[in-house]
Amino acid sequence: MQFFGGSEISPSPPAPTASGNNAHMMYVFNRNGVCLLYREWNRPLHTLNAQQDHKLMFGLLFSLKSLTAKMDPTNAERGNLGVPQLPGQGCSFHSFRTNTYKLSFMESPSGIKIILVTHPRTGDLRESLKYIYNLYVDYVAKNPLYTPGTPIRCELFNTNLDQYVRSIA
Amino acid sequence: MLFKNPPQAMNAELFTLTYGAIVRQLLTDLEEVEEVNKQLDQMGYNIGIRLIDEFLAKSNVARCVDFKETAEVIAKHGSSWLSITCFVIIGVEEKKSRIEICTGIFLEDNPLVDFVELPDTCQGLYYCNVLSGVIRGALEMVSMKTEVTWVRDMLRGDDAFELQVKLLKQVPEEYPYKDDE
Repeated sequence: MQFFGGSEISPSPPAPTASGNNAHMMYVFNRNGVCLLYREWNRPLHTLNAQQDHKLMFGLLFSLKSLTAKMDPTNAERGNLGVPQLPGQGCSFHSFRTNTYKLSFMESPSGIKIILVTHPRTGDLRESLKYIYNLYVDYVAKNPLYTPGTPIRCELFNTNLDQYVRSIA
Repeated sequence: MLFKNPPQAMNAELFTLTYGAIVRQLLTDLEEVEEVNKQLDQMGYNIGIRLIDEFLAKSNVARCVDFKETAEVIAKHGSSWLSITCFVIIGVEEKKSRIEICTGIFLEDNPLVDFVELPDTCQGLYYCNVLSGVIRGALEMVSMKTEVTWVRDMLRGDDAFELQVKLLKQVPEEYPYKDDE
C-alpha cells in the first residue's frame, strides 16, 4: 500500500546515507495491546507521551487491518467493518509509505506484532521483520526468566536488535 | 528441520530422566496425585505459550484459522519435538445444540515413558500430562481455547497413547483498550 508513492510533491527527508542508521523506531506489541518493546534510533520529534504514542500506534494498526480486510476484493466472506475477526482471518497489510517515513508491519499467528518505522526509501522489509521475530524467539521467548506478556528487558536482545537494524536498509 | 541442532544431538535419556526426576519431586512435594496432574499440566502450559513462537518463527506458518489444519500442524511439529511420532484423526461430534470438533492425537512412541512403571500408589497419575499442557498452551496463543484430555495411556494398561483435543472456542480479536481510557 502506498499513500503518496511515486511523485514526491511534498519535501521528503534527505536520502539515506550509506553508513547511516535509517531506522527511526520500532515497536513490538502482543495481542492484548501491551507494548512489549519500544526502541528509538532516530526520532527528532515527539508529540505525545510514550503511553499515548503506543496506544495510537496499536490503534492505527488495528483499524488499518480491519479496513484492508473490508476492502479486499478477492474474498467473499468478509465481515463488517469493526466486527471482531478471528486472528489470521481476512487479509492484512505489510507496509505503508508516506512522504516522510515508511512503516513495515508483521504479525505472527500468536499475536506478536512487530512494527519498524524507517526512511521512506527503504525497500521491502518483510524478511527483516521475520529475522527480528527470530531474534525475539531466541532471546526473549526462550529466556526462562522472561515472563510472557510483560515488557522486554533483555539486554542481549537489544544489542542484537540494534546491530541488525543498523545493517538493514 | 525445526531446530538448529538435530534432535539426535541431545541426549534423550538425560531428558527422560530429568522429566522423571521432576515428576518424582512433584509427587513428594504435593502428595496428591490429582495435584501433580494439575501441576504438570500447568508446567506444560507455560512451555506451550513460549514454544508456539519458536514454532511459528521456524516453520513460516502464516495463519492458524482452521482447527483441523492446525491440528495436523501440531502432529507434524510434535514429531520433530521430542522425536515423537504421532498422527491425527479428526472427528466431528454433533451434540444436541452445537457441533463440537474433536481431534485425537495418537503418539506412536513416547520417550517420556521409557523406564517408567506406575506403582499402585500413583494409579491416578497422568505421567505425561505435561504434553497435554503444552498443546493447550500453544493453541491458546493462536486464540483457540481447547480442552486436552488423555483418552488412552499405556502406563494405565491401554494399547496406545491418545490425546483428545476438543475445541471449546475460538476467540476473536478485539480492540483491547476502552474508549474513555
